[in-house]
Amino acid sequence: MMPSSSETRITQLHGAGGELMGQLLDRLILPKLGGAGTERIGLRALDDGATIACPSTADGELVLTTDSHVVKPIFFPGGDIGRLAAAGTINDLAVMGAQPIALTLAAIIEEGFPFANLERIIDSFASTIEEAGVQVICGDTKVMPAGDVDGILLNTTGLGIAPHAVSDADLRSGDRVLLTGPIGDHGMALLAAREEFRLTTRLKSDVAPIWTLVSPLLKLRDGAAVHAMKDPTRGGLAAALNEMARKSGKCIEITESAIPMRTTVRGLSDLLGISPLEVANEGKAILVVAAEAAADALHALQQHPLGVDAEIVGTVTDEYPNRVILDTEVGGRRFLDMPLGDPVPRIC
Amino acid sequence: MSPSFHFSDPKRGKALADAIRILSPPGPFKIVHVCGTHEMAITRNGLRRFLPEKVTLLEGPGCPVCVTPASDIDTAIAIAQAGAILCTYGDMIRVPGSKLSLDEARSQGCDIRTILSAADATAIARETDREVVFFAVGFETTAPMTAVIALDDPPPNLSLLVSHKLIPPALVALLDLPDNRIGAYLAPGHVSTIIGTKPYETWLDSRLVPVVVGGFEPLDILYAIALILRQHRDDLPKVENAYTRAVDREGNSAALKLLDEVFEVADVAWRGIGAIPSSGLRLRQTLAHVNALNRFDVDLPAEQDIIPGCRCSDILTARAVPSDCPLFAKRCTPLSPIGPCMVGAEGACSIWFRYGGERPL
Repeated sequence: MMPSSSETRITQLHGAGGELMGQLLDRLILPKLGGAGTERIGLRALDDGATIACPSTADGELVLTTDSHVVKPIFFPGGDIGRLAAAGTINDLAVMGAQPIALTLAAIIEEGFPFANLERIIDSFASTIEEAGVQVICGDTKVMPAGDVDGILLNTTGLGIAPHAVSDADLRSGDRVLLTGPIGDHGMALLAAREEFRLTTRLKSDVAPIWTLVSPLLKLRDGAAVHAMKDPTRGGLAAALNEMARKSGKCIEITESAIPMRTTVRGLSDLLGISPLEVANEGKAILVVAAEAAADALHALQQHPLGVDAEIVGTVTDEYPNRVILDTEVGGRRFLDMPLGDPVPRIC
Repeated sequence: MSPSFHFSDPKRGKALADAIRILSPPGPFKIVHVCGTHEMAITRNGLRRFLPEKVTLLEGPGCPVCVTPASDIDTAIAIAQAGAILCTYGDMIRVPGSKLSLDEARSQGCDIRTILSAADATAIARETDREVVFFAVGFETTAPMTAVIALDDPPPNLSLLVSHKLIPPALVALLDLPDNRIGAYLAPGHVSTIIGTKPYETWLDSRLVPVVVGGFEPLDILYAIALILRQHRDDLPKVENAYTRAVDREGNSAALKLLDEVFEVADVAWRGIGAIPSSGLRLRQTLAHVNALNRFDVDLPAEQDIIPGCRCSDILTARAVPSDCPLFAKRCTPLSPIGPCMVGAEGACSIWFRYGGERPL
C-alpha cells in the first residue's frame, strides 16, 4: 500500500495543534531532540514553557541571542539548514564568551514539504547541538500554505552563561587579531553549488559549532587574554572586521598572506569575481587577543580539530581610526572596506 | 595553503618595487591602462603604493559596458518592449540608458535575461518560438563569441544587436584629446591575446609613447610598469610585450578570421567620449538577416550620455580618477549609481568603491 500523502509530506494539519501535530512531534521531534536535560520542565513536557534553574550571580552573566535561518539550497555541500541554525546560534553565544545552556527551535514549514527532508534536518540539528553539549528545551511548529514560505525557515534562540562576557568592541592598540581557520568556505561552497554556474568542486561549507574551540581561550590569563570576538558570517571577514574597527574607534591592520584560505576558495573567487573576504563563514571566529597572550591563544586553537589552520593575521593600531587596512601579499596596501551587501543572496 | 609559486610573491614584488624606484622619472608621468581587470588587480592589491611620487596610473575607457552609449541601451530596451527576449551579459543589466536600465525595464515586464556565454542566447532561442535578441557588448575579447553564434547556423528567431568596440582606435583618440598628457599605455592583456601586439605598432608607433602589454597578476603589472618606465627613461618608446605567456605579435588567428568574416569596422560613439573613427564593429551585409536592427523598427535619437555633475567622461578619458569626482562615494555608490563607471563591474568608480581605492596608502 502506498503511504498516504500525510505520511510523506507536511500538510496544514501538521501545524494545526491536533492529532496529526502530536504524531509529528512524537515521531520526529521528541525522539531526536527530547533528550534529558537538567531542566525540571523541558521539551518532553510539551508544556507552555520550559524552566531553567536560576544560576548564581557568581557564575557571571546570562547571554541571550536569536537568529532566523533561511538558506538556499536547504541541503548544501557540508551541511543543511538544521546544522546551520544550530551552529549559528551556538556560535553567536560562543563569540560572546558564553557556554550554551539551552536552545529553542521554531520551524515554519511550507505545506507539501517532504517528511523525509524534515527528518534529515532535525537529525542534523540534533547531532550539531550534541557536539556543543546543549539541549533544545522548547519549540514551535507552524505550517504555511504552499507558496507562502520557501520550503522551511528555522528560528533558534540560545541562552548561554558567560563568566566574562566578551564584546566585539573592546579592541586595544597593540592587540593581535587571530582567525580560527580558512576563510570563505561556506559562502563559496554555496555559490559553487548554484545550478547556473555548472561548477563541480569538492568544497564544503565550514558550518560547525565552535564553542569547544574558543572556550579554552577564555581561561587564558584568568580570562583577561581575549579582548573581543566575532563570528564572520554574513558579509564575511571584511564586514566583521569593519564592524569591530568602527565600534572600537581603532584601526585593524591585516596581513593578507597570513589569512588562511583554501586554494579552491581562492580559485572560485577569481573565477566568479567575488571576494572571499566578503562571503559568509559558519564555523569561524575572529579573536582579538592581548599581544602577550597571542602565541598561547594560537597554540590553544591549534590543539582543536577545527583550529589546526588558525593564524595570527593582524594587529590593532591607531593609524586610521575606524578603518581596516589590508597589507597585500605582493607588498601593496589598501583599505578593506565594509561590503555593500552579501554578494551571495540568502545563504545564511 | 598557497601554491609554491605564485604571482603575488613578495620577494619578486620587492625586486620590482626597487626597479620601479630606480627608474622613477624626474617629472610628472601619466600611465593609462584600458582594462577593468587591470584596475581590479591594481586596486585590490594596493599596487599604486609602488608608484613613484610623480607617476600616476589611471583607467581610461576600460569598462566595455561603461562606454556603451545610452542610446544603444535604449535600443535594447525598445526591442524588449516590442516583445523579444533580450539576452545580455550580467554587467550590462544595471547600466542606465537615457531613461531606464535593462534591470528597470525588466521590472516593468520586459523579458530580459542574463547569460554567461553568447552560446546561451542560441540555446534560449532554440527553446522558444519568440524572437530572441542577443545584445552583444564588449571589446575584441567577447566579439569572437558573437561571431561564432552568427556563423553557427543561428535559429531563425535569433538576431544580434551589436555594440562591440575596438581598443587600439580608442588609444589613439585619447592621445589626440587636448590637455590629456598621456605618457604611456599599459595595454590590455585579454584584448591582446586576440589581436596580438601588431595593431599597436600600426596604430600607435607614429605617436611615440611607450606601449607595454601587461598580464593581470600583481607581478605582471609591476613588471609592465617597470618596462614602461625604462622606455621612458631611455626615451625609446615602442610596443613591448610583458605578457608573453599569453600574448604574441600575431594574435589569435582563428578568432581574427572569425571577426573578419562577420564584422566590418565602423565609426561608433563611446559613452562619455563621443564618436571615434573606426572604433567599432557592425555586422557585414551578408549577415543582414541576423541583424536585430533589420527586424525591429527602433530608430531612436542619440541621448544625453552623462548626467551633469558626474565626471564619468573625465574618468573614461583618463583625465580624472574616481575620487576627483564630488559625487564619488557620496551621492554616487553602487547601490544608487549616477554614472556608468559606478555600475559596471569593471568601471573605475565601482572598483575603487569596492576595494578601498580612495587614496594610495
